[in-house]
Amino acid sequence: MSFGGKYRIIDFALSNCAHSGVDTVGVLMQYQLHELNFYLGTGQAWDLDRVHGGVYVLSPYHRSGGGKWYTGTANAIYQNIGFIEGHDPENVLVISGDHIYKMDYREMLGAHCEKEADATIAVMRVPMNEAGRFGLMRCDEDNVVVDFEEKPAEPKSDLASMGVYVFNWRVLKEYLIRDASDPASSSDFGKDVIPAMIRSGARALAYPFEGYWRDVGTVRSLWQASMDLISSPPAFDLYDPVWRIYSKNPNLPPHYVGEGARVACSLVPEGCTIYGEVERSVLSSGVYVGRGALVRESVVMPFARIGDGARVERAIIAEHAVVGGGCHIGAPGQKPEKDAGGITLVASDVAVPDGAVYERGSVIDGHTGKEETE
Amino acid sequence: MSAQMFSIIYTGQQAPELKDLARSRAVMALPLAGRYRAIDFMLSNLVNSGITNAGIVTQHNYHSLMDHVGSGKEWDLSRKQDGLFVLPPFVTNQNPGMYRGTLDALGGVMSYIRRSSQEYVLIIDDTAVYNTAFRKMMEYHLEQKADITVLYQQERPHEAVLSEGVTRVYLYTSEEGRVWDIEVNAASPKTRLVSLGAYILGKALLMRIIEECVARDRHDFIRDVLIRRMNDLRIFAFGHKGVAVRIDTVQNYYAANMAFLDADARTDLLSKGGPVYTKVKDEVPARYGENGRVANSLIADGCVIEGNVENSVLFRGVRVAEGALVKDSIVMQNGDVREGASINHAILDKSVVVQRDRVLSGTGDFPVIIRKHGIV
Repeated sequence: MSFGGKYRIIDFALSNCAHSGVDTVGVLMQYQLHELNFYLGTGQAWDLDRVHGGVYVLSPYHRSGGGKWYTGTANAIYQNIGFIEGHDPENVLVISGDHIYKMDYREMLGAHCEKEADATIAVMRVPMNEAGRFGLMRCDEDNVVVDFEEKPAEPKSDLASMGVYVFNWRVLKEYLIRDASDPASSSDFGKDVIPAMIRSGARALAYPFEGYWRDVGTVRSLWQASMDLISSPPAFDLYDPVWRIYSKNPNLPPHYVGEGARVACSLVPEGCTIYGEVERSVLSSGVYVGRGALVRESVVMPFARIGDGARVERAIIAEHAVVGGGCHIGAPGQKPEKDAGGITLVASDVAVPDGAVYERGSVIDGHTGKEETE
Repeated sequence: MSAQMFSIIYTGQQAPELKDLARSRAVMALPLAGRYRAIDFMLSNLVNSGITNAGIVTQHNYHSLMDHVGSGKEWDLSRKQDGLFVLPPFVTNQNPGMYRGTLDALGGVMSYIRRSSQEYVLIIDDTAVYNTAFRKMMEYHLEQKADITVLYQQERPHEAVLSEGVTRVYLYTSEEGRVWDIEVNAASPKTRLVSLGAYILGKALLMRIIEECVARDRHDFIRDVLIRRMNDLRIFAFGHKGVAVRIDTVQNYYAANMAFLDADARTDLLSKGGPVYTKVKDEVPARYGENGRVANSLIADGCVIEGNVENSVLFRGVRVAEGALVKDSIVMQNGDVREGASINHAILDKSVVVQRDRVLSGTGDFPVIIRKHGIV
């Protein structure tokens, strides 16, 4: 999934690893393996092609007695105990690959070691009305976690887990093995393993993090996090010279802005060609914006084309989608704006025919091309 | 077929006509089109032609060049077998460290030539920049049973105007393509075929030529080989069908960059024979402010545009502050044009600062050049 013009979301986690001095990274993955493998390559783009260490794609595999899909986050690690043992670590950092943030894991590891914790969980305060989307915990005054609930209906705390954990490997291994033998468990860190650790008295520590952190798992949050890059000053700063975000470079020429174009408050990476108007938007590599077209408050993913005279407002145009000439994507409509925030989505590879009009909040889907609401 | 060919790139003599632009860099290391250096085009041409053994002969100011090409990984030339070899001059009894001409330089890298296993060699000098795959030229070379094949471009008559310090090699060919006369810097050439400075020949022939010429104190590939031996060697000319730009004078360098603003020329130069690869810098996307206006310009990653930019080429990390105007100009990496400043027909080398409200003004024929790290 691309983000911020020329990045993929996983670049943020991998760049954090690179800047934190982590030299061995296993990427747990069971879908779209080829694409990820192709993207990661040797890991060189993130300085992870190392003599000792490197980046490894860990997908489910068959072994004697059969193989099975990863049934949960903890199960994915359970199935790769052998990989981890091979590196014989004292502690293991477990992170999610779909969050946007900058974090020096060394500081977290320092706190983990200093307090001799079994598990350290990075946490941040979230607005109470959104807290129900997160894993929430309550701590004592020494930041020791006394209670952990995954996505509770009635939040009792606003301290949310960021999905960044440091575990003492010996302790974690025990719990993973125990979890695997429990048929009732969904083998998830937030739902099962961490609550189990806390229940049985393992030392779990909260590590407070202050700074920008976003989960970009929904259309709305992806759009919002993209807009955060272009606010002034940006809520999330890609321009930090000491914490550069590494990515695989698509190797494209500088972008071209034609006569009569207008670009304001936007991010434009290499490979774009702009003849129209772009305002408060994030374009991605290789995007084309035709003459007289208007792109406003939108995210346009790699190699999408916006035809001449088209209007795109508060929309996400996915990779390789083509918006035909004169289309209006995100037109004001009769429908009340829903919780999704009225963000219109044109899915990847979809070709929207010339002149089509789609109301705000529509999802323009590849196969039917027909309008659906979120 | 092209797997049987290796390549030697000659990165340039002193280029006084490039003035301050070539003070601290070889001609082939000149920045071009917003994010490239001239040599990127040549290395990409090789890779897109399936050539995986390339030697870069350096003479002057090669530090920036070595820094740029590194291991050759970005061009897929960091290989187990062959790959990229940077060949700086080294001083021996036979080699005083200064090459007196292309042949002298080739003599200086004889051990690399001897070691290369391919049967044919493609020699490229610093004459021009273009995007081509050399496969067709190689096929032509074999079909014609040529000894040497020269790549040329048809020039329109008005382009044949010479300025000092520029070398143009004019080729006269028979109907079948065999070269029967060559003029260097002719005052009034009667041909439109002008060499682009790329030659294919057999490795054995090249070694023989080098040995013979070195023994007779001859140094110049064009005068001492192509012209002198036109009758006993089968020299053929092969036409390049696309755009080629020259970077041998300030005016030509300026025009070469501006050529990329034309959509057709840009497509030709950046993708005709294949993509152009370059060193990766992990720059962020360019960021536009509220009031900037940009027209007909190339803008690289890492730029921050708050002012106005017109008919210009901006390299990586350039800042154009609010109220500033960059017009008909080339601004290299990390240039900083501050509030209210105005430049037109200027070439700002790397990391130049133009302070508030300063005005710099040149003309198309004589663009103003500001040296690296200059503060105006």
